[in-house]
Amino acid sequence: MWINVNGTGVDVTADPDTPLLWVLRDELNLTGSKYGCGVGACGACTVLLDGVAVRGCQIALRDVGAGAVTTIEGLGTPEALHALQAAWIEHQVAQCGYCQSGQIMQAASLLAQTPAPTDLEIDEAMAGNLCRCGTYPRIRAAIHAAAAQLQKA
Amino acid sequence: MSRIRTIARRSFLIGSAAILGGVAFGTYAYRKPYPNPLLGRAGVALTPYVLIDAGGVTLIAPRAEMGQGVMTTLAALLAEEMDLTLDQVQVSHGPASSAYFNGAVLEEGVPFVPTDDSWLAEGTRALMRVPAKFLGMQVTGGSSSIPDAYDKMRRAGAVARAALVAAAARRLGVAAAGLKTEGGAVVAADGTRLAYTDLAVEAAAVDLPDVPALKPRADWKLLGQSLPRVDMVAKVTGTALYTADLRLPGMLFGTARCNPALGAAMISHDASAALALPGVVKVVALKSGVVVLANSTFAAFRAAEAVTFEWAAASYPADTAAMLAATGAAFAPAHNDSRKRNDGDVDAMLAPGAGFEASYAVPYLAHATMEPMGAAAWLKDGHLQVWAGTQLPTQILVEGAAITGLAQGAIEVHTMLMGGGFGRRAEMDVIRQAISAAKAVEGTPVLLTWTREEDMTHDAYRPMAQARARAALADGKVAALDLHIASPAVIASQAGRLGYRIPGPDATIVQGAWEQPYEFANYRVTGYRVPAGVPVGSWRSVGASQNAFFHESAVDELAALAGADPLAFRLSQISHPPSRAVLEAVAEMAGWGGALPEGHARGVAFCLSFGVPCAEVIEVAQTAAGIALVAAHAAVDVGVALDPRNIESQVQGAMVFGLSAAISGEITFAKGRAEQQNFWDYQPLRLNQCPPITVRVLESGDRIRGIGEPGTPPAAPALANAIFALNGLRIRQLPLNRAVAFA
Repeated sequence: MWINVNGTGVDVTADPDTPLLWVLRDELNLTGSKYGCGVGACGACTVLLDGVAVRGCQIALRDVGAGAVTTIEGLGTPEALHALQAAWIEHQVAQCGYCQSGQIMQAASLLAQTPAPTDLEIDEAMAGNLCRCGTYPRIRAAIHAAAAQLQKA
Repeated sequence: MSRIRTIARRSFLIGSAAILGGVAFGTYAYRKPYPNPLLGRAGVALTPYVLIDAGGVTLIAPRAEMGQGVMTTLAALLAEEMDLTLDQVQVSHGPASSAYFNGAVLEEGVPFVPTDDSWLAEGTRALMRVPAKFLGMQVTGGSSSIPDAYDKMRRAGAVARAALVAAAARRLGVAAAGLKTEGGAVVAADGTRLAYTDLAVEAAAVDLPDVPALKPRADWKLLGQSLPRVDMVAKVTGTALYTADLRLPGMLFGTARCNPALGAAMISHDASAALALPGVVKVVALKSGVVVLANSTFAAFRAAEAVTFEWAAASYPADTAAMLAATGAAFAPAHNDSRKRNDGDVDAMLAPGAGFEASYAVPYLAHATMEPMGAAAWLKDGHLQVWAGTQLPTQILVEGAAITGLAQGAIEVHTMLMGGGFGRRAEMDVIRQAISAAKAVEGTPVLLTWTREEDMTHDAYRPMAQARARAALADGKVAALDLHIASPAVIASQAGRLGYRIPGPDATIVQGAWEQPYEFANYRVTGYRVPAGVPVGSWRSVGASQNAFFHESAVDELAALAGADPLAFRLSQISHPPSRAVLEAVAEMAGWGGALPEGHARGVAFCLSFGVPCAEVIEVAQTAAGIALVAAHAAVDVGVALDPRNIESQVQGAMVFGLSAAISGEITFAKGRAEQQNFWDYQPLRLNQCPPITVRVLESGDRIRGIGEPGTPPAAPALANAIFALNGLRIRQLPLNRAVAFA
C-alpha cells in the first residue's frame, strides 16, 4: 500500500488494520512519533494528516488513503528547525522529551488554523496532550512565541 | 551544538589507549577503588569522566537523564574546570560501572534532621558515603546526583585540565604556570594553541598532581548560568533515542504480559492462538507470564492479548477495602518501625480523647511515565548487551549474570534517554524479561515495549498510607503534636525485589514528617510498618509525597483552630533561616494576605525534603465547572544554584506531578488486580488545568542540594488547604476529586 509521508510516497507492507503509528515506527523507522497509551488518551503519537492533528495510534493504515502524513521528522530537522521547534528550544521546554513530538505536532495544527491563539485557545487545543514532567507553562510560552515569529515571517 | 553520544565500549578498548582507543582523564576519586571502565586496562586508569579521542571531548554524565536535566548540569561541572563550552563536547551516560557509585544517595537515611549541621550529624553523613562506595551502586535517585557530583566531577575536570596543561608544558618546554586553557586548547604566552585532542595521548602519560584547586565561584562561566540543555534539540526534532527507538539488525519486537496479581506465578498458558497470528515469531514463558516476540510491536501487542492464562492468586489482600483495613490495623505497637522524633513529653500534654484529633489517608499511585517500560537485549557469542532507561545500571550487570550465567565483564549496559523515571526505572522487571527473551532466541536482538495497560497494572506503586494526628494548642501555637504514620516500607520492598535485605527502620515511612523544622515543644512522629503486600517503590519524593500531606494538613487545621493566618502561624514556629526565607518569599510572590476576587482563595504548605526547604502557595477559584487552579507559586533553597532555569523547570514539574496525584491520582485493587488501566481512568493534570507557576530559587550558600523531588510534597497540602480556605471543606483523603469537582 502506498502512503504519502513527509512529502514522499512510500510503499508499506503492514496489514491495513495496523495503526499508522506502528507503520511509521516499526516499518518506516520514523521513531519521533511515540507510543504512550494506544487509546488516543495521551497525544504522544500525534501527527498531521493533511495538516490536521490526528492520533497515530487511532488511525488505521487503510484510512490514511492519499492523505499527506507529516511527522515530527517532516516538520523540521536539527539543521532546519520549524518555528515551533525553535521556540521550544528558546523556551527550553522539554524535560524527558517523550511527549514533545506530539505536543509540537498538535501545536502545528493549532497554529495552522489559529495563527495567534489566546491562552484559552491553547488550553483547548492542547488538552489532549499529556506531559508527566509538567512542562505545560513552557509549552504555552513557546506556542505564543512561535505564533509571533510565524506572523512576523 | 552539543550532542549526546552513545559510546560503544569496544570501540575504545581495542588497540592502544591512544587516539584509537580514546584517553580518559581526571581524578579517580578515593584512590581507584574500581577499575576505570573507560579504559579496561589496569594501571592506566585515571578517571571515568573525561574521554578524549580523535572525535573530540566526551564528558561522561553517569546519572540517568530522565528529564531532570542531569546530563547538562553534570557535563557543566566537568566543562567548567576544563574551560570547555558545552557546544564543544559530546555528553554520554557512559557504561554501567561501580566507578560511578553514588555517595550521596544514602544520606536521607541518617538519623539527623537535614538542618542539623553538628559534627555528629555531618560525620554520620560522611560515613554513609563509605557503604555507598563499597556497594558500588550506580544509582540515580533521592535528588542526590548533584550533591554527589558537585565536588567529585569538578575535581575530575580540574585534574584532566592539569594533565593537559602538563603535557603542553612538556612539549613546549615551558613552565605549566605560564599556560592557560580556553576553548578546548592549552594556550601559551606567545599565542601557541595546542588542542586537547592533540595533547590527549601525552597527557595520559603525565603523573597526575593532587587535585588542583577548584575555580572560585567568581570565575564560573557555565555554573550558575541557565544553560541550553544538551538534549534539547534532539528532543524537539524527534531525533532523541529512547529505548523503544533502537533498531538493531534482525531485531524482534516484543511485549510482556504478566500475572496481574503482582508477583504471583503463571500456572499455565496457551499461546496457540497467538502463534497463529501474522508476524508472531515466538512466545517465551517466564515464571509469572510470557514475552511475545514478533516482527512489529503492534503484532506483539495483538498476539499478547490472544494468549490465555491460568494465574496464581495474589499473596496480598484482594481489594482496596481489605488493604485499607490492613493499613489501619498497623497502628499498633507490634508494627512500630521508628520514633525518630520525640521532643518534650507528648503524652503529658495530650490527654486521651481531648484536643485535636484527625485521620488522613492517601491511595496507591502509579508512576505512569509517558514512555511505558521497555528494554532491549542481545545475547550473542558469550556477550550480553542490554539497552534500557535505567536508574540502576550496575544492577543490570548483576541481573544479566544471574540469568545468562555470564561473568559481569561480558555484559554491557547502554543507558538510554528516559521518557520519565520518577523512581519507576529503578526496577528490574522489564530488564529481566528482555534478558530472558534474548536468551530464548540467542543470537537475535529483542526489544520489549510494554503496553500502557501492562505498565499501569504492573507498577511498584507509591504506597497507600494513613496518618493519625493528635495535637493541642496553647497561646496560639502548637503545644504538642503527635503524628502516627502507617505505611508499607518502600526501601524494604524495593531492595527485596533486587535480592537485598535492609535491616532496621525504613526511613521512608516517616520521611517528610519527622525532620520538619517546626519547633513545637512537644513533638512526636511515630512510624508503623504495614506488612508487605502490593509491591511499592520510590515515587518522586517517596515518603515525603504522602507525609507532607499529613503533616501540613494537620498544621493547617491547627492554624485554623488557633484563628491564625496559616502562613504567619508556620513562621511563628520555625526559626531555621532558609525555611523562613522560602515561606517569606512565597508569601511575597503570591501577594499573601492581599485581597482576592470573590470566590478565590489561597492555601500554603511547606516541606523540608532532601535537605531542601520548599514552600508553595496555590490560588483556587470556584467556577461553574468546578474548582479551578488559578495560580501557583513555589520558593526553594538549594544551597547553591547551578542552573537556575533548570531548577525552575524541576520545581514546576514536581509541583504538577504532586497536583496530578492530589486531584485525581488513585490506584485501586479488586480481586488482587490494579483496576486502573490507562490514562482515561488514571488522569494526570492536563495543560488546560495547569495554572501559571512562578518559582523563586534561593541560595543560602549552605550545602548544595538536588531539586528533582522537593517541589512535589507541598503541592497536595497547599491545594487541600486552599480548598479549605475557599469553602471550609477540610479534605483529609486523597484524591481530592472524591470530595469536590475540579474544572
